[in-house]
Amino acid sequence: MRRVAITGVGLVSVLGLTRSAVTEALYYGHSGIVSEPERLQHGFRSTLTGRISGFDPGTYLGRKHRKSMPDFAVQAYAAALDALEQACLDVTDMRSERCGLIFGNDSTVLSVLEQRKALEYAGTTTGMGSGHIFRGMNSTISMNLNVLLGNTGPSWTVSAACASGAYAVGQAADQIRLGRLDRVLCGAAQELNWQAVCAFDGLGAFSTHSPAQDASRPFDRERDGLIPSGGAAALVLEEYSLARQRGARILGEILGFGWSADGTSLTVPDQHGLARAMQSALLDAGLTTRDIDLINAHATSTPLGDAAEAANLLAVFGASCPPVMALKSLTGHELWMSGASQLAYVILMAQEGFTAGTRNYEEPGPDTMGIPVLTQRREHPPHVVMNNAAGFGGANACIILEVG
Amino acid sequence: MDNDTIVTKVNAALAEEFELEQAALVPDAKIRDDLGLDSLDIVDMVIVLEKAFDFKLQNKESLAAIRTLGDIYTFIGELRDAGTIR
Repeated sequence: MRRVAITGVGLVSVLGLTRSAVTEALYYGHSGIVSEPERLQHGFRSTLTGRISGFDPGTYLGRKHRKSMPDFAVQAYAAALDALEQACLDVTDMRSERCGLIFGNDSTVLSVLEQRKALEYAGTTTGMGSGHIFRGMNSTISMNLNVLLGNTGPSWTVSAACASGAYAVGQAADQIRLGRLDRVLCGAAQELNWQAVCAFDGLGAFSTHSPAQDASRPFDRERDGLIPSGGAAALVLEEYSLARQRGARILGEILGFGWSADGTSLTVPDQHGLARAMQSALLDAGLTTRDIDLINAHATSTPLGDAAEAANLLAVFGASCPPVMALKSLTGHELWMSGASQLAYVILMAQEGFTAGTRNYEEPGPDTMGIPVLTQRREHPPHVVMNNAAGFGGANACIILEVG
Repeated sequence: MDNDTIVTKVNAALAEEFELEQAALVPDAKIRDDLGLDSLDIVDMVIVLEKAFDFKLQNKESLAAIRTLGDIYTFIGELRDAGTIR
């Protein structure tokens, strides 16, 4: 089986717009979560959200291109350019049938709402404008990147709820391991607007904790819900020996990928599904639990979700569970994007030689006992990291990454 | 509306919508080759012209002969002469 190297990452995150800004936020434990009181006027329970500051789509693309792209697709483009730049690749290096694009995404709600408004305003479909159809399709990221990058290989978008990003990166790695592709630009994005998450708020899933930066409390006794967040993450994956041959700096290696479905509930994760994905990833990597030195948990800060992940972790690792890091304590839940962004965050930590602490964790609840949550930053990088993702419908994914 | 006003309004509408330099907006400029507008842009070009001159184009086929910016000036002038726009 061929090996898969990571040679570049890019992010547009609530933690920052550049690798250095995001790294700094991870290092110091800065939160990207704010309160938007105007959400109450829309009928929300929770005012909390991740917020991206200072991103100007016009810096990256002119109106001609932007009219066919929602903001999160422009953010994916910006992240992709950053990832390619770090990998010392030009867009022309992606123009081959041996190179592909795979992105995770599971909604483009605001675009669809705008489409309807445009028709109401114009009174005729020909007056709506040409961009709406392309903004409103779930594959808007891979579709637009194809044109912007001049891609000539395969490209597609993966939807698996909050595991979308992990499925995208896992599928990208598999294409390389199986010899179908040599290089894949992959990742995920998540729209960040109240319209996209109003129905989710209606389920009572969001935290109402105050202050905002203390609200996301994965595994903590006082956790009361997730905080919706978003942005975009991109990673460049390459066949290991080819990356070496061209002198690329290897930032990490994907050792294993596992997946599963609970098959039980739309919203409530069960006690076994994620464990099966973790075991599958270990088997795929040819590793045992003793080889894992850090868990990068899915841990969204919901009472049921974190309890289920704790049970799944204990089922796999028992009493010898390695430290568990919960990055959503800083970012909130980046939903479709999180399975990809959390890999990128680990790469950034490894590059800078530290492991981020989990913010807001004070003590476990009765249903998260036994999880060794890493609360304090470590001044050394992780080595072999297990990265979990889970989504509605019980979609689970696990990627094992070697870094440092 | 005189011809100079038509030129000014067409140029302003297209410059804003497609982020074009004023210097590029000469009568001989080919809409596709010189100004870089593709078939999707033509859809939006019609919309901005309808808005700029407050009319609704009933017969989109009438645009088929338009190749240059000068053709647009002529087209709008004909709509004025026919009383479609004021």
